[in-house]
Amino acid sequence: MGAILTIALTTAREAVRRKLVLLAALVGAAFLLLYGLAFHLAVGNPRSIVNAASRALARQGAALFLLLGFYAASLLVATIAILASTDTLSGDIASGAMQTLLSKPLARWQLLLGKWLGFAALLTLLQAFLLGGAMAIAYAFTGYLAPHRAAGLALLWLEMLLLLTVTLLWGTRLSTLANGVLSLGLFGLAFLGGWIEQIGALTHHPGAVRVGIVASLIMPSDVLWRRAAFEMQPALLSVLALGPFAGASVPSPLMVAYAVAYTALAFALAVRLFHTRDL
Amino acid sequence: MSSAALVIETSGLRKVYGRKLALADLSLEVRAGEAFGLLGPNGAGKSTCLKLLLGLARPTAGHGRLLGRPLGDIPTRRRVGFLPEHFHFQEWLSGAEVLQLHGRLFGLAPEILRRRVPELLERVGLGAQGAKPLREYSKGMQQRLGLAQALVNEPELIFLDEPTSGLDPLGRLLVREVIREQRQRGAAVFLNSHLLGEVEVSCDRVAFVKDGCLLETRDLRAASAAGGPSLRLRLRARDLPADFWRRAVPVARAEKLAGDAWALDVAAEAAIPELLRALLAAGAQVFELTPLPQSLEEIFLRVIGRDGGDA
Repeated sequence: MGAILTIALTTAREAVRRKLVLLAALVGAAFLLLYGLAFHLAVGNPRSIVNAASRALARQGAALFLLLGFYAASLLVATIAILASTDTLSGDIASGAMQTLLSKPLARWQLLLGKWLGFAALLTLLQAFLLGGAMAIAYAFTGYLAPHRAAGLALLWLEMLLLLTVTLLWGTRLSTLANGVLSLGLFGLAFLGGWIEQIGALTHHPGAVRVGIVASLIMPSDVLWRRAAFEMQPALLSVLALGPFAGASVPSPLMVAYAVAYTALAFALAVRLFHTRDL
Repeated sequence: MSSAALVIETSGLRKVYGRKLALADLSLEVRAGEAFGLLGPNGAGKSTCLKLLLGLARPTAGHGRLLGRPLGDIPTRRRVGFLPEHFHFQEWLSGAEVLQLHGRLFGLAPEILRRRVPELLERVGLGAQGAKPLREYSKGMQQRLGLAQALVNEPELIFLDEPTSGLDPLGRLLVREVIREQRQRGAAVFLNSHLLGEVEVSCDRVAFVKDGCLLETRDLRAASAAGGPSLRLRLRARDLPADFWRRAVPVARAEKLAGDAWALDVAAEAAIPELLRALLAAGAQVFELTPLPQSLEEIFLRVIGRDGGDA
């Protein structure tokens, strides 16, 4: 356990020393500033609206706008999760630092788990900052709180962990650039697949829905986003099945379970591939 | 030699990367407390050998034991130190932090590290630079830090892969002194090098590798103590009869050098007085008859061959 913790703390220290944490915090702050400004300009304050029907409509606007915030924040976290961890294995192997680390009494799975924990902790902080900030802004302006927040945020957290795990998996064998291309590519594939499935469901094209599901099976990151958005949207929006962020084709709990199993298997495969790699 | 006194024993180690044969068949034994050198041209398989011994790569065939345990055994690594050939420590750490990180991975207690890290930095001549971040270190300073890193756990067996690369003459002297100190402490040293002088000064035994094969193992200390299996002499003499070397003299080979000098190969030291008597009896005027320490370079060139390396 001591060795795992040492690696996790070293990973976190690297992110701090290489200014990753500072820059992520600045980007996050800029994101929230922009989001708050947009919220103010686009939604305004429904509490000041006297007419009840207009007030209900404005609440739906706030709900939609909060989902937009979650959507943008999740994209940002996903990209940062991939970019921040793509170099951590291949970079250390190329520099020779890995060879000195692994000549210590430290199993390779311990090193992998330590790095995973270090990144997971930092990315969780970033995610909490962005998603919590977006929620706080929506609440401050409108008094609106999304439903099923715990389930929704847990799903978004899982999406981040999935992307981190997949990036570490390919980092056990690929160079930094190749890993970045593959991991971002898989994320993009899932993203596109999600849209194909949504549009297919809206326009009643079962073939398109099937294509989307296959993409989700290859990389189930978008599944988690769509399930989270479904959980956190107000009842009226889900009835209308409107909006780009959720609705038309909702991933089943089975698909969510698949994503969890996928993450666990990706980690197990990463351990296996790293264990047998010649350094 | 009982196997308890062996720190390394390998049998038929072989490593193939894809279609490239890195190590064909390596069987060797290193004794406790010994300094063992692996000599060979670049690309001979020296670094591959170290990676297999340290469990960084898996052998395609063959097996071995390190400190009595199978290769790749993780607890054994507590007792082993390693300086890789090419490495670049995390540049966002300071020198002292690198040593602390590696010490913690060895499971050393914080109070031990608080004492040992400054001592080691001092020992490798980085006492004043310990707090500096590594991005301000030169290649030579990184190499010194790498050496300190290999000693942080007071290992019983130390692997040094080209330890003097990037070091100035003072740094090379430091490496030599550190090897001597570690041996006095009782540690065995396994030295990979293509620098003959380095191996000659520091090692008891040396193995020559080429194209992934072990060509020959030589006991340097025994050879110099006994005068060597074949001893080379330098002779300066005048008035030597023309047919002298064809007479019954104990000389295996005589080579005429510039002026009145000769290079002679004799079987053993015992041949020297006999040869001198024969020279005097033949009426030669002898100015010099000196045994030459046969340099490792000569052995290297003979064993590996002049076309041996791309180095």
